Amino acid sequence: MTAPQGYLLKVEGLTVSFDGFKAVNDLSFYVEPNECRVIIGPNGAGKTTVLDLICGRTKATDGSVKFREKELLTMREDQIVHAGVGRKFQTPSVYEDLTVFENLEISYPKGYSVFGALAFRRDAVVQERIQEIAEMIFLEDMLSEKAAFLSHGQKQWLEIGMLLIQDPELLMLDEPVAGMSVAERVKTAELLNRIIADRSVIVIEHDMGFVEDIATRVNVLHQGKMLSEGSMAHVKADPKVIEVYLGH
Amino acid sequence: MFSDYSMSELGAIFAMQGFAGLILFSVFVLMALGLAIIFGQMGVINMAHGEFMILGAYVTYFVSNFFSAFLPGLFPAYFFVAMILAFFASGALGLLVEWSIIRHLYKRPLDTLLATWGLSLILQQFYRSVFGAREVGVTIPNWMMGSMPVTDLIEVPINGIFVMILAVSISLCVYVMMFRSRWGKQVRAINQNRVMAGAVGINTEWTDRLTFGIGCGVAGVAGSAFTMIGSTGPTSGQLYIVDTFLVVVFGGAGSILGTIASAFSISQAQSIMEFFLSGSMAKVLTLLVVVGILMIRPQGLFSLKLRK
Amino acid sequence: MTISKTSLFTRQELIGFIVLAVVIFVLLPLALDNFRLNLFGKYLTYAFVAIGLVLCWGAGGILSLGQGVFFGLGGYCMAMFLKLEASTPENTSIQSTPGIPDFMDWNQLTELPSWWVPFYSLTFSLVAVVIVPVIFAFIIGVAMFRRRVGGVYFAIITQAFAAILTILIIGQQGYTGGVNGITDLRTLKGWDIRTDEAKEVLYYVNGVLLFVVLVIAQFVRKSKLGRILIAMRDQEDRVRFSGYDVAGFKIFIFCLGAAFAGIGGAMFTLQVGFMSPTLVGIVPSIEMVIFCAVGGRLSILGAVYGALLVNWAKTTFSESFPELWLFGLGGLFIAVVMLFPNGLAGVWSEKIMPRIAGLMEGRKPTAKPLVAPSPKEKEAA
Repeated sequence: MTAPQGYLLKVEGLTVSFDGFKAVNDLSFYVEPNECRVIIGPNGAGKTTVLDLICGRTKATDGSVKFREKELLTMREDQIVHAGVGRKFQTPSVYEDLTVFENLEISYPKGYSVFGALAFRRDAVVQERIQEIAEMIFLEDMLSEKAAFLSHGQKQWLEIGMLLIQDPELLMLDEPVAGMSVAERVKTAELLNRIIADRSVIVIEHDMGFVEDIATRVNVLHQGKMLSEGSMAHVKADPKVIEVYLGH
Repeated sequence: MFSDYSMSELGAIFAMQGFAGLILFSVFVLMALGLAIIFGQMGVINMAHGEFMILGAYVTYFVSNFFSAFLPGLFPAYFFVAMILAFFASGALGLLVEWSIIRHLYKRPLDTLLATWGLSLILQQFYRSVFGAREVGVTIPNWMMGSMPVTDLIEVPINGIFVMILAVSISLCVYVMMFRSRWGKQVRAINQNRVMAGAVGINTEWTDRLTFGIGCGVAGVAGSAFTMIGSTGPTSGQLYIVDTFLVVVFGGAGSILGTIASAFSISQAQSIMEFFLSGSMAKVLTLLVVVGILMIRPQGLFSLKLRK
Repeated sequence: MTISKTSLFTRQELIGFIVLAVVIFVLLPLALDNFRLNLFGKYLTYAFVAIGLVLCWGAGGILSLGQGVFFGLGGYCMAMFLKLEASTPENTSIQSTPGIPDFMDWNQLTELPSWWVPFYSLTFSLVAVVIVPVIFAFIIGVAMFRRRVGGVYFAIITQAFAAILTILIIGQQGYTGGVNGITDLRTLKGWDIRTDEAKEVLYYVNGVLLFVVLVIAQFVRKSKLGRILIAMRDQEDRVRFSGYDVAGFKIFIFCLGAAFAGIGGAMFTLQVGFMSPTLVGIVPSIEMVIFCAVGGRLSILGAVYGALLVNWAKTTFSESFPELWLFGLGGLFIAVVMLFPNGLAGVWSEKIMPRIAGLMEGRKPTAKPLVAPSPKEKEAA
């Protein structure tokens, strides 16, 4: 496969091995601007590891990940974030001892250096932006609550909000609706649909209805390798996919 | 620094210092084994580990006095009785400490560190009040005295050989317990996934307590062996605690083999350097090298790369 | 807008600062004789370390068991200057080499080591008091935090550093004064620091410097950096993926704690009149942690009270019941961890404050509540 220009993210030959076990094995795929890519696959297929590799949480053994032609594999996590890649974790990870407002404030893309953080002022621009995001994630009434008091679903929204405030070009979401009530799921779907409109997104998700709703293209992973890639209709019809994943 | 010595003298120096290093190695291994169980397998920082060891030493001191007063005929064998008693005394104290303090702090490792430091202060003062501030030494049975000549220049003390044999046999026992027994499997299962281990029917609470107790018991045996080569005071345990932690961390927590390898390299480095530099500079250099290597390789010498 | 701007002090914090100022500058000097006040001056120097620990450990989750290293480095820098001033050729004329510190002469040194020479300058020494600990902390911090060593590993390795420095100082008698430390310090630029008046003046200097450090600490805690520290303690990965270089923040706060400890050490040397390895090693370093833990690891004011209280108890008990003191201190470690993890400050804000507030409301229903009103009430008002 040649790598044409115009892709936002190019993953080529990505491999990681843990003591000889290849969790991700020679994986290649390309993500276009404004695309919503969904990664599905059975448990242990290496889905989360792929996201970990792209955002620098795990160091790759081999391969290349280029984001707007910049190699991410040699960059530190925070540099990758500055390049425009955001990551949401599977279990909601928010700062429980801080208020919702402070959670969003820390994510506000300014004052990243030590002395920048010391000099950071909570000015009107910052406050307005936080208010705007809080409304988007249904938490405008909870701004002065400690994050520890939020429900599971609200924490997921808060984490999404913390990513949104940074306005990343590529957003990676790991099971954003897992563990949510039906009502929360509907609201989240609506939220995600709004978010993905003007950026590229990579989502890991098990809920097939939800996947069908949002996906531009789908990657099916199995044992660290790409089993199938294409539109939802394409992978659903693929006999290999039915055998290892959908059939169960 | 080598130019003042002839080749054969240098050889003898290295051999003798190497042997002195082997004794230090045995002490490190004995102390570190208990820690390797408690810290390596359970992740608990026990700063009072040295005091558990000293308890074993005091027990040995008492048994030795008891035998020389009441059973002089059996005196040559007192040490083996003392070792078993030391194991149970330190082990029992370990069980008590786990039940009263440690089990409440499993999720707060730094707090365990502070609490066990407090415990070590209490134990030290307790020893001082009960046994006195002076160091006490045991009478070594005759068969352990003297030394064996190897060549004209090199001789090795028998008590040193004995301590070494002890260190090796106890390491073997710990290895078998940890990696070949059912209990060891349970301990490692809990270490990897506490909830799951509980769900498949392992009594995690009791296994934890027993593990801690056994680790402390091994420390007691170490203390017992320690009396063969040095005297015991209330604060003797504290002298070794930092070294011992470095040994365990340097070896890669959780690996018995790593603990032994690191105890070997640290003790050899220190004792060989001791001949050429002053004792304190040798120690400073050894510690600096260990800390330096740990900075480059924080996971220690032996550890697996794991999927996060 | 529902969230007001951050100010350096809330009303409650300001009251806390004022109360502490009254205690240090008015109550203690009135209540204590000169000897006791000098003792409290010594305790205050430990408070500098405890404040640094609140930032590193309480806020940042980095437990250093080697703060004695920085306290000692600061103290030794000061002591070297004072020792050189005391070792004039006239004062040391009976030595075989006059003009060098006495312990060097005893150890057959015939010349001042070159690294001692800059300490003839007061300016250099004062800068060194802060910079030397910071450089050490920076090196340790870069090595450890860049490689993501944290938690108990960091604690053990910093403890090893405390051991290393103590052994080094004791071993190198001729250069450091060995186990006795640097003693017999006399004057600071001609001003005799051994008199009662000097000790009293130094007590106040100590107090003022402590407040400078407290305000800096308060500023750091109130800035976004303070919130990032808390965030880091709870969710280090998330902070990284919010775009922060976590190691940089840890290095900064560790260096700041070291700087505070260095200032404390220098003030110790001035107030007490000597510096020795007994203040550097493992035992003093971990005791400094307990000052902080007793006061409350989350409260900078608590840390000051903790340092004063524990040391006062130590002096009192070890004077009258030396045997009991170690039991007491040991018990304190265990009790603070198991029963009062947030120390005195936690007991105050969780148990006592609500009662006072309740009492005040009960008696005077019109009184303003001490707790800050929630944002909505503010809007309505």
